[in-house]
Amino acid sequence: MKIVGLSGSKVGSKTRTAMNYTFKSMSEKYPDAELTLIDLAEFDVQFSDGRNYWEYEGDTKYVSETIMAADAIIIGTPVFQASIPGTLKNIFDLLPVNAFRDKVISMLVTAGTPKHYLMVEQQLKPILAYMKAQIVQTYVFIEEKDFHRKEITNDDVLFRIERLVEDTVVLTDTYKLIRKAKEAEYDF
Amino acid sequence: MKQYRIDPSNGLEFGLYSIGDHTLNPFTGSRISAEQRIHELIEASKLADEAGLDVFAVGESHQTYFTTQAHTVILGAIAQATKRIKIASSATVLSTSDPVRVYEDFATLDLISNGRAEIVAGRGSRVGAYSLLGYDVRDYEELFEEKLELLLKLNTEEKVTWEGQFRAPLENASILPQPQNGHLPIWRAVGGPPASAIKAGIAGVPMMLTTLGGPAINFKGSVEAYREALERSGFDTKELPIATTSLFYTAENSQDALREYYPHLNLGMQALRGGGYPKQQFAQAIDYRDALMIGSPQQIIEKMLYQYELYGHQRFMAEIDFGGVPFDKIAKNIELIATEILPAVKKFTTKN
Repeated sequence: MKIVGLSGSKVGSKTRTAMNYTFKSMSEKYPDAELTLIDLAEFDVQFSDGRNYWEYEGDTKYVSETIMAADAIIIGTPVFQASIPGTLKNIFDLLPVNAFRDKVISMLVTAGTPKHYLMVEQQLKPILAYMKAQIVQTYVFIEEKDFHRKEITNDDVLFRIERLVEDTVVLTDTYKLIRKAKEAEYDF
Repeated sequence: MKQYRIDPSNGLEFGLYSIGDHTLNPFTGSRISAEQRIHELIEASKLADEAGLDVFAVGESHQTYFTTQAHTVILGAIAQATKRIKIASSATVLSTSDPVRVYEDFATLDLISNGRAEIVAGRGSRVGAYSLLGYDVRDYEELFEEKLELLLKLNTEEKVTWEGQFRAPLENASILPQPQNGHLPIWRAVGGPPASAIKAGIAGVPMMLTTLGGPAINFKGSVEAYREALERSGFDTKELPIATTSLFYTAENSQDALREYYPHLNLGMQALRGGGYPKQQFAQAIDYRDALMIGSPQQIIEKMLYQYELYGHQRFMAEIDFGGVPFDKIAKNIELIATEILPAVKKFTTKN
């Protein structure tokens, strides 16, 4: 199973910190999973100009092709101006409309205030649904006060991250089985 | 319809087309040479001609997985190899060509073929030609509109005076040679959404509409928008033909058709769009209401007659080689079209 973590912003460290926790939990619990963490702060991804994703070069090509090859994607995102960062939206803009068909996507969000709790429902999930993702409905919402010097100090968040990891893998396996059984019926 | 060389009382026209597909064959995992692909297309045009089909068309696509970039050259060979079948492009990417050269090429084809040549002018659904041939894809819309205007003018005026943004002006220019009877049928290639269909209607140009899959009724909006635009611009809808196009594959029974074609469709979509074709959607495609022309000959007949009721169009064009369909299957498809599909379709759509 190929799992890609996508840390969606170039600013700050909290989302990346949460992604590190998530991937640590993932590698401990599912050592056979093939994990790739893409932190957009470390890549120079250009703006979508309408090309097919495989026609870009360098970081843009690497990031989009890695995402397209994934079975599951864990998106980590901060909240910028009541929405996702432009860097993350640009990743979606680089990909085809049905890019997430047959992929499971789960999310964790970092935010400065609980007022942003519904941002995922209003901004992120509609995009993922449009792109045909199988969405892990429950996401992990992490506030500034849950962090202390690049560590997560709230046990509730840590437990939630563990459940997110498990849900991502279980749903990916389950959908794969369902799809296989269905496709076997077609006889073509 | 006469100026477009179509007599609707002879029933729905049936044509074949290729955009020079050159993907690998998923059953063998190998790819034939471009040379072989081109020769096979010419061979297929002969079969279609002998089988009594109405049109054979070749289009251009300037990127990997295609072989017929120089489509007019191939059409020249086809003009020589065939006797009765109409010869068209599918499409000519007019936006990245000089309309004068396009007209010269097709007028010449018309002379070689004894009056059988037609132009289908499009913008290209893949944008490979733009950077390759030195055009800016940001001029996508304006390039095409200006060049189509000029192309239509070349078709109606003997001495052409013209000025535009993307080409040197013409001053009292004669375009030589002229086609056999002075005019060529020129169509506008239109994608799914109505915007481009409306433009075809406003200009009073025949429309070639792609209906590549999904419910056929979804394309009725574009057909209606086209006819409404024709009427608003003072054209007679009975004088302007509509053609539809779709991916095509038939076999003796529907299960064989699905089994033989799915790997081609899936691989072709993977190569061109970066994602395969969902099996669930493909399983629905044999339904007569779905526009994808896939199924047994009887199912294809049902689809075509259903669409004929729906659109009242004059021509259907079948893409016969998507996703590396090998020549023996193309030949088999042509045989089934000629022996089973065409007679039934003509029987139900011929009016005298």
